[in-house]
Amino acid sequence: MHSPTTQLISRRDALIVGAATAAAVSTSTAPSASAQTTAPAAATAGGSRMKLSLNVNGTSHALDLDTRTTLLDALREHLHLTGTKKGCDHGQCGACTVIVDGRRINSCLTLAVMHDGGQVTTIEGLGTPQNMHPLQAAFVRHDGYQCGYCTPGQICSAVGVIDEVRRGVPSHVSADLTARPILSAEELRERMSGNICRCGAYSNIVDAITEVAGSRA
Amino acid sequence: MKAFTYERAATPAQAASAVAGRPGAKFIAGGTNLLDLMKLQIEAPVHLVDVNGLALDRIEPTPEGGLRIGALVRNTDLAADERVRRDYGVLSRALLAGASGQLRNKATTAGNLLQRTRCPYFYDTDQPCNKRRPGSGCSAIGGVTRQLAVIGGSKSCIATNPSDMAVAMRVLDASVETVRPDGRTRVIPIADFHRLPGDTPHVETTLERDELITGVTLPKPVGGTHVYRKIRDRASYAFALVSVAAIVQRDGSGRVALGGVAHKPWRVEAAESAMPQGARAVTARLLADAQPTHENAFKLQLAERALAASITQARS
Repeated sequence: MHSPTTQLISRRDALIVGAATAAAVSTSTAPSASAQTTAPAAATAGGSRMKLSLNVNGTSHALDLDTRTTLLDALREHLHLTGTKKGCDHGQCGACTVIVDGRRINSCLTLAVMHDGGQVTTIEGLGTPQNMHPLQAAFVRHDGYQCGYCTPGQICSAVGVIDEVRRGVPSHVSADLTARPILSAEELRERMSGNICRCGAYSNIVDAITEVAGSRA
Repeated sequence: MKAFTYERAATPAQAASAVAGRPGAKFIAGGTNLLDLMKLQIEAPVHLVDVNGLALDRIEPTPEGGLRIGALVRNTDLAADERVRRDYGVLSRALLAGASGQLRNKATTAGNLLQRTRCPYFYDTDQPCNKRRPGSGCSAIGGVTRQLAVIGGSKSCIATNPSDMAVAMRVLDASVETVRPDGRTRVIPIADFHRLPGDTPHVETTLERDELITGVTLPKPVGGTHVYRKIRDRASYAFALVSVAAIVQRDGSGRVALGGVAHKPWRVEAAESAMPQGARAVTARLLADAQPTHENAFKLQLAERALAASITQARS
């Protein structure tokens, strides 16, 4: 039987080992061979782990993650891309919105392992302070935020909205289901309703998106 | 979240086998409802079978002149499909009235049919709930009931089905196609798919545990004017207090199903013969057996007025 001290050390060691293996394995490697695997992950004491690859903002990453890891936590905690925010963690606020395989989704409500081989674009991939995406520049110009916490999600969502309108996806407020949708303020408010801004910058957010979408129409 | 193992299924029958072979295993598709519930430990599967790789993401015409919608067709794609917009407008409208753009991009047709109630007592794990812990009691009865069912409830449960899409599927007489581990398939009419709570409110559909939905079929279009009118506490991104899915024909006849009032999309075909007489005559029959609480009795009048507005809209 172990003494209490031995037990304490082995628990701490186990925690250290756990933390080390939880880190991202490397950046800019080729997609892992696990991309097509259908084998169940092996169960371990702390949870089950799986290898996967994610292409984030044009860079491929090999990851070894607990299966419970959401895409949001993979981005923030493992790839240290903290531009994507965790608000409610339940798909209600939109702060975690990213673009996966060309579509805006809530990264908190999907597992990283479900996106093995997937292409992810986060706010860091849209623009940089020196070379801003047109929507980032428009949000600055129109003061489309106050605290800024919801802003990365708002901007990723707006990129998705503009693409959805371009593809002719109708919305709840589209008067005619069979006509091409227009980007009116009413349409933008409805289409952006999955992104909450508790500072209440909504009217300026609509102005910012209108400026960019209008210039592309 | 409780730990779980994970695998990707190669075929529908293999997915069903994988769930059949593991007690506590579940399918995952869009995951927008299941993962939310797993984070709260309301759902705690020990094994997830990811069906996203199965080729069930197409919308195809049927020989009967209808449409077959693959189980994995995302809500956005179903709502935007040209044929659905033209011939099944009530379905497009219902989908677009639900959730947010981000969620509709991920949520699937089959998953939407299986989404669980948003009864606040189901979500509050400190409270008894017969859905969450069978036999523990219902905290909603005698609790805050404004959002909850006015008809079809039981002494065990007064939760509502939260889906908008399912209400449209009900008014369209859709059928649900499934497969079992041995490859056997069956077709379940949407009317028989969702169950009333009775004394087993945790059993929400007539699916077997290892039965995978592969698609939903819509019969040949019935024409008419399609309306989905959803009444909620916010202009967008909220569950229905009451919703109306209606198809109104030129001669005043039509079909109606209600959302937000019961444990399943609520339709009584016999009530529809009263359509030409107007909303009051229809809802008098449709909601004849209602047993509302003092907090949600307003839903009866709201349903009548929402149907009256829907009929007016269809005729204008």
